[in-house]
This record gives sequence, structure tokens and C-alpha cells, in this order.
Amino acid sequence: MNISVVSLLLYLILGPFAGGLLAGIDRKITARMQGRKGPSVLQPFYDLYKLFNKQSVVVNDLQDFLVAGFLVFIIFTGCLFFSGGDLLLVFFALTLAGIFFVMSACSASSPYGSMASQRELMQMMAYEPMVLLVAIGFYIVTGSFAVKDIIHFSNIPAVAYMPGIYLGFLWVLVIKFRKSPFDLSTTHHAHQEMVKGLTTELSGNILALVEVSHWYENVFLLGVVGLFFATSDWWSAIVVIVTVAISYFLEILVDNVFPRVKWDFMLKSTWIVTLVAGVINLMVISLIKLR
Amino acid sequence: MLKVSKSPWLLHYDGSSCNGCDIEVLACLTPLYDVERFGIINTGNPKHADIFLITGGINKQNESVVKQIYSQMPNPKVVVAVGICACNGGVFKDCYNIMGGVDKVIPVDIYVPGCAARPESIMDGVVKAIALLDEKRKSVGKEAAE
Ligand code: SF4
Repeated sequence: MNISVVSLLLYLILGPFAGGLLAGIDRKITARMQGRKGPSVLQPFYDLYKLFNKQSVVVNDLQDFLVAGFLVFIIFTGCLFFSGGDLLLVFFALTLAGIFFVMSACSASSPYGSMASQRELMQMMAYEPMVLLVAIGFYIVTGSFAVKDIIHFSNIPAVAYMPGIYLGFLWVLVIKFRKSPFDLSTTHHAHQEMVKGLTTELSGNILALVEVSHWYENVFLLGVVGLFFATSDWWSAIVVIVTVAISYFLEILVDNVFPRVKWDFMLKSTWIVTLVAGVINLMVISLIKLR
Repeated sequence: MLKVSKSPWLLHYDGSSCNGCDIEVLACLTPLYDVERFGIINTGNPKHADIFLITGGINKQNESVVKQIYSQMPNPKVVVAVGICACNGGVFKDCYNIMGGVDKVIPVDIYVPGCAARPESIMDGVVKAIALLDEKRKSVGKEAAE
């Protein structure tokens, strides 16, 4: 079996376990930062088991279908990425998955659900340009959109050429990980001013599916972080693991330090970061390449 | 090892409490008591909740609210009445608007007396509620099988 099939299968099977463990570690670190003991690292799995054992109050069948679509397209996104596929396709699939999730919240005709879906669209509007810049940046540096070519491009990691784009990506990761200050539409914390935002109307096993999708999604996003540091050398795997861990820790730190902001601040600041960090970085590397 | 009771999510509703009990409920979340170490999350959403924790008695205005929240919670679920007001009306018992304790409108599983109920006894009540969750889960499973 070649390496892309192996990593695809690893992602499919281990993805949710890694994602759940990451969520557990997140909760533990968060608790420690707040001076609490915190739940067990396995808590997310207990939660998942509980959710599968609860009665699920179905609001409408369409919603279940849309949540299933969200899960399927998130897994598709991750599989494309980890099998070394086209980065542009990966990000388009991610957007499609996001739209499924928005529609599922919209379909419930609940005020919290529809308000949250509007906010989620706003969040997508905020992070989408930066995500596209990531793909374009990789293309300009390595001459290919395919993940497997990007890894084998040279033994200098891509982040050396695009530190600005990397920082911009870390910024939008706060939105994607649903972390404060940008957890406007729904949050992984217990409280949100709109009950629970996008997942307000979901319960039981449908909510469990959303959790699993988020775990898959987070592992995939950390994979993109890793791509910035990956090279063809074997030891780059260690570098990737360390840098991904540091990036994740930074996200948790930001989550605990900053309070939630309003949508207009999120949109403005994210676009400014995209413009300053992303576009300028992109111009610099295109100039270097032109020489 | 995996049990429903390992992840009890809690919904806190303030009936007509004087806020004394509510402050004690929130005190349970602070670093000193930290209920999250049991996996307890203070959620605001009845559809995600397993434990319905009510402070204060029932009056004409919140009667329908309490009933609705209770009916929105998926099974298995446990109701905990915190404070003597929620148990039987307490000091407000004789007020013209108070109907009495929470058990006047929905079935209550655990009563936590005290005015205000101390965080220790609230947590004790919640831990008892957690044990009940597993039992209820079994009976829900049986009903589904039948
Ligand atoms: S039991 Fe006491 S502290 Fe609690 S709500 Fe009633 S009066 Fe207030």
C-alpha cells in the first residue's frame, strides 16, 4: 500500500480518537489555566457515549439529513487532504460542509438557530479569504496545489517562505476551532448568549454526530498547520508534531485570555490580518519568485 | 466503565428564588468546588441537559415555563430541587402567588434542603442525581426494547 492510502485510513480510523483526545486535553488545560482541577482527558468520549444513549428529539428529518451531510463532507475534506489531494478542492469541500451545518441550524425555525446560522455565515465570510490565501501561497511557493507535492517540494518548510500566511491562518483557526474571542455562532464552552447557537435544536445522537464532525475537522485543520512545517525529511514529522502542539496550545491560551467580541470587530480584524499578513506575504514571495 | 452518568449536563432554572440558592449553585462552578471535574457542564439548553436543577418555588407565572423546559429535555432526565423553597415553598409558602414546591408541577427526584443550600449539599444532591441517571437509563432501554 502506498503512503497516501495509509494516511487516509489512519485519518478515517484514528481521526475521531485524536480529535476527542485533543478536546479532552483542551478542557484539562483550560481548567488548569482557570485554577480548577478539570475533568478527565477522556471526558469528551464519555459525553459522546452519553449522547448516543439519550433520546433524540428530532425537530425535522431535514435537519438530520443536513447534519449527516456535514459529517460526510468533513470526512471527505480530511480524506482528500490526508491522501495528498488538491488543496483547493480540500478547502471547497470544507466550505460545502460548513454550508450543510449552517443549513441544519436554519432548518429548525428556531430563533437561536437562525441567528446563529447568520453569524456562522458571517464567520465564513471572515475566514474564507485567508483560507484561500493559504492555498494560493502554497501554490506560489511550491508550484503545486497537491498536498503530496507540497510535502516533497524541498527540505525547507513552507513556513520559511510564508510566515505571514501562517500567522493569518492561526488567526482564522480561532474562528474555525470555535474559540473565544470569535466563537460567535456556537461555542465549545458551556455558555453562549444564544443558548448554544448552531446546536441549540440538536439533541441525542444527532448532537453526537456534530461532535464527531468537529473532531474530524479539528484534526484536519491541525493537519493544515502541520503542512506549513512538513518537508520530505523523516525528522520533519517530529517538527510537525511539536509545532502543531505549540499552535494548538496558543489557540487555547487565546481562548482563555480574550472575551467574546462582536461580529463587526471579528470581520474587520480578520480581514485586516488577511490583508496585512496574507496579501503582503503573498506579494513578497511572488516578487522573489519573479527574480 | 462507560456510563451515562459520567457526563451529566445540568440545566439551572431560577423559579422564584431569592437568588441565594442561585449564587450557591454558581459557586459550585468556581475553582474551589469545580463540578466540571465530574464531567458536569452547566448548559443553558434543555435539549442538551440531563439534570434539571431548580431553585425557588413555583408560582403562576413560571409554572408553564417549568413544565415546558421539563418536556423539552430528552430522556433519561432527573430533576433536582435545590433549597427549601424549591422543596416545598419555604419562607414564601404562604404568599398569595406561590403554589408550593417544584413537585406541584413536575416529578422531583432529589430534594436538597437548606436556605440557602450549601454548595457541598448541592453537589451531594447532584451526585445522587447522577446515580439515578444510570438507573433511569436502564429503564428507558427496557421500554425501548419492549
Ligand atoms: S431556600 Fe432560602 S436562599 Fe434558597 S431561594 Fe429560598 S429563600 Fe432563597
